[in-house]
Amino acid sequence: MAWNSAVLLLIILSSFITGLVIFFLPDDRIRLRTTLNLTGATSKLLLIGFIMWGVHQETVFEWRLPLLLGIDFFIHADALSILFGSLSAGLWFLTTVYAVGYLEGSPDRSRFFGFFSVCVSATTGIALAGNLFTFVIFYELLTISTYPLVVHRGTKEALRAGQSYLGYTLGGGAVLLVGVVWLYVLAGRVDFTVAGSLPDLIEKQPASLKIIFVLLIAGLGVKAALVPLHGWLPQAMIAPAPVSALLHAVAVVKAGAFGIVRVVYDVYGVKGLAALGLMNPLAMVASFTIVYGSLCALAQSDLKRRLAFSTVSQVSYIVLGTATFGPVATVGGLVHLIHQGLMKITLFFCAGNYAETLGIHKINELAGVGRRMPWSTAAFTISALGMIGVPPTAGFVSKWFLGTGAVDAGQYWVLGVLLLSSLLNAMYFLPIVFIAWFREPAGPWPEDRKFGRWETHWMLLAPPLTTAALVLAAGLFANSPFSPLQWVRLIAFREYGL
Amino acid sequence: MLPLVCALGAFMVPRAGRWLTLVAAAGLSLITWDMARVALSHGAQRYPLAGWGAPLGIELYADGAAVLMLALTVTVMGSVSLYAGEYFSSKHRHQNGSAHEGRAVFFWPLWLFLWCGLNALFLSADIFNLYVTLELVGLAAVTLAALEGGPGALLAATRYLLVSLLASFCFLLGVAVLYAGAATLDIELLRQSMTPGPLAWAGVSFMVTGLLIKTAVFPVHFWLPPAHAQASTPVSAVLSALVVKASFYLLFRLWFDLFSAVAKPPSAEFLASLGAAAVIWGSIQALRQERLKLLVAYSTVAQVGYLLLAIPLVHATNDSSGWAGCFYWALSHGCAKAAMFLAAGNLLWAAGHDRIAELGGAAKQLGLSMFAFLLAAVSLAGLPPSGGFIAKWLLLSASLASGQWEKAVVLVLGGLLTAAYSVRVLRQAFVPATASEQPPRPVPRLLEWIAVSLSLLALLLGFYANPIVRLLQVGAPRAGQAFTGGL
Amino acid sequence: MTSSNVDFFLLAGAALFCLGFYALAAHAHLLRKILALNVSGSGVFLILIATAHGPEGAAPDPVPHALVLTGIVVAVSATALALVLSGRVHEATGKAELPAGPSDS
Repeated sequence: MAWNSAVLLLIILSSFITGLVIFFLPDDRIRLRTTLNLTGATSKLLLIGFIMWGVHQETVFEWRLPLLLGIDFFIHADALSILFGSLSAGLWFLTTVYAVGYLEGSPDRSRFFGFFSVCVSATTGIALAGNLFTFVIFYELLTISTYPLVVHRGTKEALRAGQSYLGYTLGGGAVLLVGVVWLYVLAGRVDFTVAGSLPDLIEKQPASLKIIFVLLIAGLGVKAALVPLHGWLPQAMIAPAPVSALLHAVAVVKAGAFGIVRVVYDVYGVKGLAALGLMNPLAMVASFTIVYGSLCALAQSDLKRRLAFSTVSQVSYIVLGTATFGPVATVGGLVHLIHQGLMKITLFFCAGNYAETLGIHKINELAGVGRRMPWSTAAFTISALGMIGVPPTAGFVSKWFLGTGAVDAGQYWVLGVLLLSSLLNAMYFLPIVFIAWFREPAGPWPEDRKFGRWETHWMLLAPPLTTAALVLAAGLFANSPFSPLQWVRLIAFREYGL
Repeated sequence: MLPLVCALGAFMVPRAGRWLTLVAAAGLSLITWDMARVALSHGAQRYPLAGWGAPLGIELYADGAAVLMLALTVTVMGSVSLYAGEYFSSKHRHQNGSAHEGRAVFFWPLWLFLWCGLNALFLSADIFNLYVTLELVGLAAVTLAALEGGPGALLAATRYLLVSLLASFCFLLGVAVLYAGAATLDIELLRQSMTPGPLAWAGVSFMVTGLLIKTAVFPVHFWLPPAHAQASTPVSAVLSALVVKASFYLLFRLWFDLFSAVAKPPSAEFLASLGAAAVIWGSIQALRQERLKLLVAYSTVAQVGYLLLAIPLVHATNDSSGWAGCFYWALSHGCAKAAMFLAAGNLLWAAGHDRIAELGGAAKQLGLSMFAFLLAAVSLAGLPPSGGFIAKWLLLSASLASGQWEKAVVLVLGGLLTAAYSVRVLRQAFVPATASEQPPRPVPRLLEWIAVSLSLLALLLGFYANPIVRLLQVGAPRAGQAFTGGL
Repeated sequence: MTSSNVDFFLLAGAALFCLGFYALAAHAHLLRKILALNVSGSGVFLILIATAHGPEGAAPDPVPHALVLTGIVVAVSATALALVLSGRVHEATGKAELPAGPSDS
């Protein structure tokens, strides 16, 4: 097997095999397990870097396995794959560190990390999927491997949340499957090709393709938390913080959004979709989600739930970007995939720190925490500002492109939505920041300074600081050749054939 | 013949029962592999017994589907035989085994008789032979089910026997009617001479009814859950995985082969609606169960429904995706259900009971068995990557390609319901043990590993679709055409 | 046999089958159920034998006879098994009846 193909398999297996091994380790083999985890994570990072360089040079990485009557299991690495894949690889590494620190001493760690690793394999598989069939396989695998993470604690609420999670995601998966099978029946094969592979079919069978599009988006929209399919997300907050961080920044939610991006760009193609008249409805659904999510976030008093609704809202920026015609909007939407990931994971890391170190779950309990945990709160502040869209953070970059793209496409109402949501973001994030820094704490903090000089365990502190720094860097150095923005420009360039 | 010889041997030398079975398993695997090779290269094979051709003699017929069912039988019976050997000897050690000793004498010969009957059934080519093998399988199955010994098992087995006998008489009646019309029993010749008319209709209806009863299709499924639930673990596994498939296999083959003159899409739709009802009803009942083995048994009732759904799909499609989908489902279900029952049996062993809500401690202990259960559930729900997914894909594309939307809806809904009732069991692995439970008894590792391997096989079926589908196409019917059968 | 006799036997067989079926469903006691099944079975055998009727004066067709013999063998062994099971059921539960609905015990 050629080295290029082997690399693809390796990158998926790097976490899958480590996951399987970890399952069999007894809980107290901490060092071995952590070593395995970090080895898997590091190797994945290295491999992604290698592939990224190759894709930049336009090397072809692909691997096929004929699975069924002319339909192949097909993985390949194109620019979009690298976008999502590098996000997952990088954030997985950080979340692993965080999770090791967070779960220290908890029961069932081996089981947790086992499923954690399988989950990341599934995400990588989604990134690398080369056709809808393979995509669906990894998509469902993701559902199956994340359920145990959600119900990890085993409490009644956790089980109930897990049940609702499965109900939504499996239901969405079923709808997606019907859409995919139907498309295969009509089209024969549905490989992801730049600018879509269905042009003549669109001419011949517009009605069927419209219905299929709705099915696909509905199925993907459950994971991407499009309203009204988002109900599972706030409930899933019951999971431990590393799970919320991973699910909401990297794996599940982004997988749904990524799927929508693939369907729009690489299956239907923007021109085909515009011809079918489906761009606007999609944009409207995304806009509705953005506003609705923000409004709900305003009403929450629990920190993680507010962040959850913020995710519902923010991920739809990506969908909005894809649904607005034009390369600039595309750039905005896609780059937000990375930026939102970075920002949201920082927020969740910090929320987890507050909960773990000080037992804080509600926003009003955050008064004065800036003095007790300045580093975490600083990271939180940077990311919150990013979410609002304040320069020079990464969030500003994405919103800038989205707004400009909306104007380019002549859809001013999208601009209105963006402004409104930034306002709402400010309304629900700024108070938190204000309370954390400028309010007096209600009572004295629990005085266990067991971490010495540091405000909390170093493994809980280093990841959010890293990601916050990246948030700033992605904004400040957006025009440098290594920024996510440049990579996304490459993708848009290739998609629109510019 | 091989299992038959071993059966007699096991009867005479009780201690050797277990080992003779394993010998038979090994031999049969080799033979089946060879048959598959031959079928792929030479097409379907016919073999007259003792050189007497039809219409007077008895012929055996092996096409792709038959060989695959044989392969399934070998795999499941082989694995479960390994399981049973370990299961009974461990039980022996743990409990005062005098009663078990007595029963173990009969287990192995009966087991091998069942195996022999199944093999013969899959290879039969005339309807009388089918009847005989069907009876052999039925009687062996009933006795095995009753061997467990408790009052529940005895009652369930008696009910099974009575229902089965009734079904057999229906079938025989159908055979009689058809014979009256055509004066031959060979399937090939019967098909050629059958003309639609009241006689043919009556004969077909009786045979179909008999087979439906034996396959526990809604609404005549009531005998299955208690029988499968009460039997001892290896027996439950085989009953659900194989015995039920045997009568379905006959129904499916006869429908397209023998009955093709009479069996038209409207009647196929009727069967499919029974299947849909089975899927929904069975799954809902499974959701409501408190006891683990009953849940798994109702799952079988539901899964059998999928097989029936496939019948009109085969009528309507031009490629063999309907046919392939149906058999693929049968294969995956066979492996997955056997694995599920074995895993359930392990849980039962460890906890001493099978009330689902109280299995927390045992579930945590038996990580491997829960994993097997998970993989089996993944295949049964049609989630990727598994054999069940491939089957679901095939059936879905057949139904969407032929415009039969309702089938797609039922398929999808059924998958979701399957996931729902499987989660009821799986989530027990996350629940801390309740205070009232006793600490779980240790389960021999081998038993867990066998369950896992069977479920892994169900998963792996998802990756080897192409060769299997090609094998299935040997001898498969094309729409609108009865299959030629034979060289 | 004349053909009207054949018709008579066919009808009689059908009637026996239905009678036995009804009895199987209607009675709860196991022995009665077993008897009912045997009656049904006899009905089927009767039908089979009736189909063995050949043209006038010629020997009857032997194939249905073989079917019937096999069927009888199967029925006898099954009945034997059923009787043993009924006996065991009686030992275990004190009654020789099947409970009305699907039992869970």
